[in-house]
Amino acid sequence: MLDRINKAQRDIDAACETLGRQINIMEVCGTHTVSIFRNGIRSILPKNLKLLSGPGCPVCVTDQGYIDAVLRLADRDDCIIATYGDMIRVPGKDGSLETKQSKANIRIVLSSEDALQLAKDNPGKTVVFVAVGFETTAPATAVVVKEAADGAIDNFCILSGHKLVVPAMRALLSEKNDNINAFLCPGHVSAIIGYGAFAEIVEDFGRPCVVAGFEPVQIIEGLCEICSQLSAGKAELKSIYSAVVTEKGNIAAQQIVNECFEPADGYWRGLGEIKKSTLKLKDKYGRFDAFRRFGISEEPSEEIKGCRCGEVLCGLIEPTECGLFGRDCTPQEPVGPCMVSSEGACAAWYKYGRKKRNK
Amino acid sequence: MMKKTGNDRILLAHGGGGQLMDDLIRQHILPGLKNDALAELGDSARLDVAGSSLCFTTDSYVVKPLFFNGGDIGKLAVCGTVNDLAVAGSEPVALSLSLIIEDGFEIELLDKILASVGQTARQIGVDIVTGDTKTVESGAADRIFINTAGIGIRLAGVDLGFEKIAIGDKIMINGMIGDHGMTIISQREEMKFQSQLKSDCASLAGLIRELLENTSGIKFMRDPTRGGLAATLNEIARSTALSVEIRETDIPVRPAVQVAADMLGFDVLTIANEGKFVAIVSPESADDCLSICRNNKLGKKANIIGEVVGTLDVPLVEIETRIGGKRIVQMPYGRELPRIC
Repeated sequence: MLDRINKAQRDIDAACETLGRQINIMEVCGTHTVSIFRNGIRSILPKNLKLLSGPGCPVCVTDQGYIDAVLRLADRDDCIIATYGDMIRVPGKDGSLETKQSKANIRIVLSSEDALQLAKDNPGKTVVFVAVGFETTAPATAVVVKEAADGAIDNFCILSGHKLVVPAMRALLSEKNDNINAFLCPGHVSAIIGYGAFAEIVEDFGRPCVVAGFEPVQIIEGLCEICSQLSAGKAELKSIYSAVVTEKGNIAAQQIVNECFEPADGYWRGLGEIKKSTLKLKDKYGRFDAFRRFGISEEPSEEIKGCRCGEVLCGLIEPTECGLFGRDCTPQEPVGPCMVSSEGACAAWYKYGRKKRNK
Repeated sequence: MMKKTGNDRILLAHGGGGQLMDDLIRQHILPGLKNDALAELGDSARLDVAGSSLCFTTDSYVVKPLFFNGGDIGKLAVCGTVNDLAVAGSEPVALSLSLIIEDGFEIELLDKILASVGQTARQIGVDIVTGDTKTVESGAADRIFINTAGIGIRLAGVDLGFEKIAIGDKIMINGMIGDHGMTIISQREEMKFQSQLKSDCASLAGLIRELLENTSGIKFMRDPTRGGLAATLNEIARSTALSVEIRETDIPVRPAVQVAADMLGFDVLTIANEGKFVAIVSPESADDCLSICRNNKLGKKANIIGEVVGTLDVPLVEIETRIGGKRIVQMPYGRELPRIC
């Protein structure tokens, strides 16, 4: 493995020297972000190659309005909130699920199936599944929605906060933002949607897109492929994660998602509203939609004063450039979304990269 | 700015052995209690009483579940306190045992725990010489909590402390890290995580005595329990104002523990151990220390994992990753795993 890393490293060095200018590569996957930090990958890259941590953590980009909707439902005696553990600490307008005085009806689940099981076990309550995540978790949500429909489990519903990666990448490039030279594309998401889904980014914006796995050697080889393309003046779509990712992806997973969901406009924390970037349940499954069942809506959030997560997610600044970082905003008491989840860019910086800013 | 919460109340994370607990101790506990023995904040206090050099320590045990693969709360309550005495360079001589029991707790389970306490103490050769029993109403405690305190006699000629640590000293650990914490977390009902993990819960007194009696280069020892190796090394860096460099490839970790930690999103460096010590040893004595450890069943996988180095700006713990990159190992903040011991 070290041989491969050393070779890729030498090729990266050579390509960056040829390029002779600042190169910014954005990863849009929280697992990549954590692996990059945990393995100290930034420390072995040439000075003019910078990695930007984009909106790759589903928890971080979940809007405050969505959290407020969850918190409102958590106040109801007739509901059980089933959520992935990561969502517990995400701040809404008035606190988080963690700071709720009574936590009796908040349950942490490890899978959508666990949430459906809760509904079966608690027929007297309505179980609301906090369905967040990118294309990777959407199929699992779709499966339980279908199961609930087929089994007439009417005390189950979902609050869909599912998001789509490609529209967000388009939004990042469309906004007066030309500092992203290429994308290291997510492995898990690509396993579902296929690497072909990123072709539009290459074609419409002329940015190299390379899909890589999460082992350090795979990430470094992915970066190497990008640097080689850039130094040759090329922009191509490539997957170097062929063991897991195909061009067309997981068709069965796509089918079940398309069966239950349709793309809708939606809010992203730090990025605002992005067209056709979220998944909403189709009318056919409308009775399992918690928004419709309880007549609630997701209000756009107010801006958090001083928080620069939006700029971090767009790759415009590094977390340490934010005035709140490490002082007013820490993993213990996160202010901005990027500090909340362990996969958030700010949390990863705080944990693995912080030097003198704390205190 | 968003409303802050948690500043005015104790959080579970305050007991996590990380930054939050450290703040609590320094800001709220120490100011009213100032004295020299306490100020060292060692695993045990060093006392000189009537001509005897003693170590004195106490620890409370709230582990959940009460019984886990490789041990139970009774064994843990004896070993944990014995280890705190041992890493301070003393021979454990006597323990106290206090029980806080919730109304309704099964006597059969209590007997099982007490049998484990007795058996563990006998094996180590330490007596339980005093104790206390309290009961509380249902809901006021979770089944049973145990406190043990212990006294030990400091080994002649042994003087351990942060102040002995110097640039170039080696960092040694006596085996695989993360076994205890990952066992507990995998056995908690909510995790539904099946595995073959086993806690490393054990008394280190014998191995440590052997080391201290047969080598002279040990400068400092600590057992990396809550907060794991990351917390212990950060305490060393802060207390010595020297940086610490470790190598990922030299740190022994069981593959199953690594996989479980990765799956659940934990950094294995922050996971609790209950049968491990970190020793800072002089470079000349490192080989002797290693060979003594490796000949003991509690030290077969012992290894030198890094060095104490000089520092440019602030003392840091840095790790060289398996790909040759470098990153900082932070003091964990304490939220990771509640009620691990």
